[in-house]
Amino acid sequence: MGKQTPLFDSHNQCGAKIVDFGGWDMPLHYGSQIEEHHVVRQDAGMFDVSHMTVVDVTGQDAKAFLRKLLANDVDKLKASGKALYSGMLNEKGGVIDDLIVYYIDDTNYRVVVNASTRDKDLAWMAEQAKDFSVSIEENSNYAMIAVQGPNAREKANSTFSDAQKAAVDGLGIFVAADSEGYFIARTGYTGEDGYEILVPAEQAGDFWSRLIDAGVRPCGLGARDTLRLEAGMNLYGNDMDEDVSPLEANMGWTIDWNDEARDFIGKSALAAEKEAGVKNKLVGLVLEGKGVIRAHMKVVVEGVGEGETTSGTMSPTLKKSIGMARVPKAAGEQVMLEIRGKLIPAKVVKPCFVRKGEALV
Amino acid sequence: MSNVPSDLKYVTSHEWIRLEDDGTVTVGITDHAQELLGDVVYVELPEIDSEVAVDDEMAVVESVKAASDIYAPLSGTIIEVNEALEDAPETVNSSPYDDGWMFKMKPSELSEMDNLLDSEAYSTEIEE
Repeated sequence: MGKQTPLFDSHNQCGAKIVDFGGWDMPLHYGSQIEEHHVVRQDAGMFDVSHMTVVDVTGQDAKAFLRKLLANDVDKLKASGKALYSGMLNEKGGVIDDLIVYYIDDTNYRVVVNASTRDKDLAWMAEQAKDFSVSIEENSNYAMIAVQGPNAREKANSTFSDAQKAAVDGLGIFVAADSEGYFIARTGYTGEDGYEILVPAEQAGDFWSRLIDAGVRPCGLGARDTLRLEAGMNLYGNDMDEDVSPLEANMGWTIDWNDEARDFIGKSALAAEKEAGVKNKLVGLVLEGKGVIRAHMKVVVEGVGEGETTSGTMSPTLKKSIGMARVPKAAGEQVMLEIRGKLIPAKVVKPCFVRKGEALV
Repeated sequence: MSNVPSDLKYVTSHEWIRLEDDGTVTVGITDHAQELLGDVVYVELPEIDSEVAVDDEMAVVESVKAASDIYAPLSGTIIEVNEALEDAPETVNSSPYDDGWMFKMKPSELSEMDNLLDSEAYSTEIEE
């Protein structure tokens, strides 16, 4: 038996199929993964993401520390609750993890990192913090529920107290509000509008039930993966890892070069990589023949070389197989995928297939 | 609990086999198998007229999770495939024993039927 989130009993009551997910007992689906996918595209679904790790970074040097630790620059966060997506890199410029950092004030930040990378992330952060007056504390007082879909905010709002309703009124995208113990962020991993909500662990089951009563349907991690892939969002461990540069993982936009005086970890390696010429790129693929793209398939780029798929699935929205692949920079609009010994044509697209319920390819 | 009809034969790799009156057999995957796979999104069917031997990989079922091979339960010739599955692979989930059948074959050695499991043996096999 693995670790269980505060919502484990709720999942069983909802008929979840529980699977091991990086040491956690998590719901894969509650009946049909594809139905859950469509619910999020068309209405409102919710995911237990309490296995993710919340880390509070506080102290006099919190800002200086995070400006060193992260490739994106927390200096651009000025309003309380504002969030930023960033890679946390090693000295070689490889991605240790991708994360979201929330600004509370100059001495208080909240970082949410992946579950599978928890131990190495905490160890890395502690090691890098040695020269800074900063405290790094894992915060395990919370459960985390992502409510996603075109009707997600409206339905979630109906479960909130008056104070919470007021706090989220006019809440911008990528901003969080802290109200009566709930940390409500307008973020997500599906390509739809919605919230990711930190709720005190002991209140999680009750909140889950209220969301069900409000018409929000429980969705498993299976649908979460097909939704994020349609939205073109990277999955750590699949689409990038410690041996992959953010410049080859479609994360160039998360590296902030503006302040030349800022020396973030991995900067010199990335600068050298740019100088030498980035070799590969992460692209989206739409399969044109029959089959299903999966991770680690060979991609043949005629006249250029070879690449490899990093993620793939049958897209429930597009009813076509889609995926992501790391291919040579010179790859054009057409490649071939090797599926069970046969070469099947695929179209190269920007890795963003569906957003806000709309097909983009 | 999975549905295991008593009039069918089975193999441990979760295919079911129905002997038809004309001596041909129809093959599909069991209710238990479709439950394990989750939502089926793609089925790759064998070529008609292809000759197969027992345990040959001859078709592929892909679910939201992964690809799984379908093995020939008997030796023989493929005489028909369920083309409707190309457009509606989810039929394998909703009707594994009827509309979700995969292919029909003409066995070359009917005696191989004796090696198949009956519903009782298969039920025991899939009990945890």
